[in-house]
Amino acid sequence: MDVLTVEKLNVTFRTDEGLKHAVRDVSFTLRNEKLAIVGESGSGKSTVGKAILRLNPPSTRVTAEKLQFGKTNLLACNEKEIRAIRGQHISMIMQDPKFSLNPVMTVGEQISEALSVHRNISRREAKEAALEMLKEVSIADPEHVYSQYPHEISGGMGQRVMIAMMVIPEPDIIIADEPTSALDVSVQQDVLNILTRLIEKKNISLIFISHDLNLVKKFCDRVLVMYGGRVVESIKANELSNASHPYTRGLMESLPSLKHRRETLPVMTRDQNWLTQEYTT
Amino acid sequence: MKNAEVVRNSDYSLKARHNPEYTRVALFVKSFKKLCRNPLSASGVIIVALLLICAIAAPLIATHNPLEQDLARVLASPSLAHWFGTDEYGRDVFSRLVYGSRVTLYIIFLVTIIVGPVGLLVGTMSGYFGGWVDSVFMRITDIFISFPSLVLALAFVAALGPGLEHAVIAIAITSWPPVARLARAETLTLRNSDYVVAAQLQGASACRVLFHYISLMCLPSLIVRLTMNMATVILTAAALGFLGLGAQPPLPEWGAMISTGRSYMLESWWLVAFPGAAIMLVSLAFNLLGDGLRDLLDPRTE
Amino acid sequence: MIRSRVSRVTKKTGVILITLFGLLTMTFVIGRLMPIDPVLAVIGPDADSSTYQQVFDEMGLGKPIWVQYYYYLQDMLSGDFGRAILTGSPVIDDILRVLPATIELASIAIMVGVGLGVPLGVYAATHRGRLGDHLTRLITLFGYSTPVFWVGMVGLIIFYAWLNWAGAAGRIGFAYDGMFTSYTGFYLVDTLLSGNIEAFVSALRHIALPALILGLNSVSFIGRMTRSFMLEQLSQEYIKTARVKGLSERSVIWKHAFKNIRVQLLTIVALAYGGLLEGAVLIETVFAWPGFGQYLTDSLLMGDMNAVMASVLFIGLVFVFLNLLSDALYKMFDPRTQ
Repeated sequence: MDVLTVEKLNVTFRTDEGLKHAVRDVSFTLRNEKLAIVGESGSGKSTVGKAILRLNPPSTRVTAEKLQFGKTNLLACNEKEIRAIRGQHISMIMQDPKFSLNPVMTVGEQISEALSVHRNISRREAKEAALEMLKEVSIADPEHVYSQYPHEISGGMGQRVMIAMMVIPEPDIIIADEPTSALDVSVQQDVLNILTRLIEKKNISLIFISHDLNLVKKFCDRVLVMYGGRVVESIKANELSNASHPYTRGLMESLPSLKHRRETLPVMTRDQNWLTQEYTT
Repeated sequence: MKNAEVVRNSDYSLKARHNPEYTRVALFVKSFKKLCRNPLSASGVIIVALLLICAIAAPLIATHNPLEQDLARVLASPSLAHWFGTDEYGRDVFSRLVYGSRVTLYIIFLVTIIVGPVGLLVGTMSGYFGGWVDSVFMRITDIFISFPSLVLALAFVAALGPGLEHAVIAIAITSWPPVARLARAETLTLRNSDYVVAAQLQGASACRVLFHYISLMCLPSLIVRLTMNMATVILTAAALGFLGLGAQPPLPEWGAMISTGRSYMLESWWLVAFPGAAIMLVSLAFNLLGDGLRDLLDPRTE
Repeated sequence: MIRSRVSRVTKKTGVILITLFGLLTMTFVIGRLMPIDPVLAVIGPDADSSTYQQVFDEMGLGKPIWVQYYYYLQDMLSGDFGRAILTGSPVIDDILRVLPATIELASIAIMVGVGLGVPLGVYAATHRGRLGDHLTRLITLFGYSTPVFWVGMVGLIIFYAWLNWAGAAGRIGFAYDGMFTSYTGFYLVDTLLSGNIEAFVSALRHIALPALILGLNSVSFIGRMTRSFMLEQLSQEYIKTARVKGLSERSVIWKHAFKNIRVQLLTIVALAYGGLLEGAVLIETVFAWPGFGQYLTDSLLMGDMNAVMASVLFIGLVFVFLNLLSDALYKMFDPRTQ
């Protein structure tokens, strides 16, 4: 079943130097799966994520032939309708908990708020749900953490709080925008495990935005490779080693590996045509 | 010197190597155009230009002699002959305003050429040398800043005696500390930047680093600050004039004109309204200009 | 941890002491620079030369300047600010007598400043780059650029002379002077406590215009600061998080962004209050408001050295205190500094 359908999504920014076409004709469908969007910085991958939630700044123009979530056309939603979608149906995990949590609100307040916006529940019920959720993201002492401020907890803990906050309203889709890039390598795997466990348990589809092909290969079902604002390849994760597009192959080539040691890592050569060619699935 | 230029105009570094003069002019023209694109800053530019024209061409613009008394036409309301009316001695208010622009510019100019270099010197030295130099200078600025500037200026003018020059000195004394603070903050961020370290490694003396590298880089924000400061200077000067401590009659200083007009204000509103409007307009122009310049130099605050 | 805190407190105290010492020195210098003969100011121009000499010696003016400075410091530190020539009473008594009028005026003004400035700043920040933002910018720049004494006069012309809405100069109509008991020195409070509604209305009519005009300056200051604080917060990631949760724009602005600038605002308001004292000097002169500002300008024009020095010193002290207060507020209310 298709949860989200995106057809020919285009995003343009107005800047001082004129229009910047950040996303061009991006199309994909999301089923109940873990879909990765991979690309270098500036390839437009985060912009796609934001466009789905209509979070781009006002100077941005978003057009698409189709941007369909279930029965809802996301582009046609007014401000109130899109707010009902955000959090409740589609939510987003940000990159760095150091910046993405409100510094003057306690962790617990922020989690229970995510639930109480969409449900008509009492404060106490919201608090209990938040404590329960903190337990689910493997936080040992939920009561204590509940009343702590973001600057008092570690990055890994912060990201778990972030996951709790985004999972608590039980959305249908979670967009995770580089959720582990800002974390220590040692806690990255923990956080990913928690995320996987929760989305599988609650039957949530995931869009995983990353620049890390190695990670994505192991963790996701399907991969969209973006380059210069376009999708250049869409491929099953376990078939990545047989990728057809030269850019994907180049990316795979340039991954260092412990098993296959090389004298020098190849440097990718880029082709102007990648910016215009249609990709084939 | 060259180093600094290249860093500042990184977009132009290629051309800069060939012809720095050309680049500087081009950059200036480009910035000026950008400044004028914002209607608010553009109106600031226009008003300041008008003020300059008024001051330079005062005899051509003024319709009457600003000091000439005409006791037959005392306190006449605005008319075709006297656009802004006449004052208690029958002098033409419009002409006095036009000549008053010279007094205003005189004050702004003097204060700025005192405050700018002093603030820059104290601030950059304080930031660059640190240690006790910094402590001493910063404690001094603390003391000055802990008085509201108008009250301090009042006290100084009272001590020195009323008069235009004394007002200028008092205003200058009270307005250098914020400039020094700014220059110090800028210097602190520049002190460890690569190009300064490179210059030090090349054996540049402290003096050379301060004047050729750091001061130059402080200039943009300093100019913004001084432009905004001009607006405050105008207001403080007017306030001193209003309290009878600034320019003395018969000099057509705008604040002093309000002060004398105050006795007649309920019947002859024009004596108060027009000079005040002039003060406001010019002060506003400098604020708009400063605001626009800041946006230009620091896009973050836009 | 504790050691660093102790050393920080010591350092802070040191800075304050040095600043206070500087304030004293500066007022002393200003006092000595005064062109008016302090002896003549005491005894009047008609006294004979022996009286002159006697007073001259009594005031210690014959001694070397550093001895005078030492005596001056001694007097000031023991709380003796001398007598005001104008009123004949100790300066400190004078200041305490006129202070309530200024505090009343400044307090109403700061309410105006906060009440208008904060919403204006938030509005501008949330409508950044649009017409409302530009208008706000223009309005606040106007506020920065208008000579407050001039607005006072224009206000008097329009609202008193032409429309007769506002009361004339002074704190209250002549008819009500002394018609109520003075509990606090604040006329608005006193008239209410005395149950004299008519007097209250009169006091309100008198204070409304000067307070409003005085407040306009801080509207600009508070408005612009609020705008830039808000802009800074609105560009933060956690704002996006709040939006992702599906919060309404109002919650995002007031519950998330605004909550983060409250402490900064508090410190700004404390500073703005100090700035109001400055404006009060001019506004009180225009409205014949019998407060601290008028006392200062009167003493200045009369060449009353003791009164001027003490008043300037007093304002300096208030400023230092407000700075300390804003620091303390910051530490108290920001969870990050606890």
